[in-house]
Amino acid sequence: MLRIQIITIIASVAFLFLVFRMVVKGRLREEYSIIWLLFTGILVTFSFWEKGLLLVSNLFGVYLPANLVFTISIFIALVYLLHLSVVASKLQKQNKLLAQEMALMKIEIEKLKEEIKPE
Amino acid sequence: MMNILIIIPCFNEQASLPGLISDLGNLKLPEKYNVSVCVVNDCSTDDTRQVAKKLDVILIDLPVNLGIGGAVQSGLKYALLNNYDLAVQMDGDGQHPPAELQKMIACYEETGASLVIGSRFIVKEGFQSSFLRRLGITYFHWLNKFFTGKSIYDSTSGFRLFDKKAIQLGARYYPDDYPEPESLVFFSKAGLAIKETPVVMVHRNGGQSSIRSFTSFYYCVKVTLAMFFSFIRKP
Repeated sequence: MLRIQIITIIASVAFLFLVFRMVVKGRLREEYSIIWLLFTGILVTFSFWEKGLLLVSNLFGVYLPANLVFTISIFIALVYLLHLSVVASKLQKQNKLLAQEMALMKIEIEKLKEEIKPE
Repeated sequence: MMNILIIIPCFNEQASLPGLISDLGNLKLPEKYNVSVCVVNDCSTDDTRQVAKKLDVILIDLPVNLGIGGAVQSGLKYALLNNYDLAVQMDGDGQHPPAELQKMIACYEETGASLVIGSRFIVKEGFQSSFLRRLGITYFHWLNKFFTGKSIYDSTSGFRLFDKKAIQLGARYYPDDYPEPESLVFFSKAGLAIKETPVVMVHRNGGQSSIRSFTSFYYCVKVTLAMFFSFIRKP
């Protein structure tokens, strides 16, 4: 086994373990963990199966397997970042709605307090 | 009887707020108008909240800072909830003299427009703001003409009157930051009549404009984009 293989195996298994732990502790929601688990799984697979990367590279017509890895991972990272921006936008929208509802409710509470105040 | 809600979005306006509210209290409007004042405290870091609490106003106290658009929208939501006939947005820094409100209402009565904008530029008098800002406003005038087909001179003016239809639409959707030019595209796409009336504005008494030179480039880009997307979005 190559030295680089051992390093990637250790790194990706450690990463997988980290993701698992965060989901278990409730610090990462399951729906966001799917993509991480999936890609760590792929990483682990190719760490063990070194011929696989060469095979896939040939399939795509890429000379250097490393280029394929870079291209795919950068693309995935970009898509995921976009997804996170969408999530942030949604959260901001919900946050605004909640703040407004809350402020309007405070007025209602004040009104009610005035009404039930003993004479 | 017409119920008017004056919406004053405030971010750190403790200095100018009491004067503005007392000016509003002294305002003489035709008999049939019943005016209520609503201060929206956009999570100020000074004592705006305490100052407003002591005044005879409706206080919408936002728990987090939403920006001018979110604050104005809170007021519109309140107006919708409490069935107001008209709502007027007015700056908290004394830039918009309450006396000018009469002109806005006169314009509304005359034209029946859903949105009346108090404009600095139709007749050139009073505070006209800096050269760069005027340049920006010329640009937005052109942009507005392009997107709405209407000639609106002071599209960044935050002195506006909403009728019931506009209140309803604004309560449903209103942009967050730098909302003024974009909302014009939105309202005009929804088929609302927009009219402009000349008002005199005074120099700011205190506080800071939401548009500072440092961020004005970002402002132009953001508003241009927002107007474009408002234009192609289905209402």
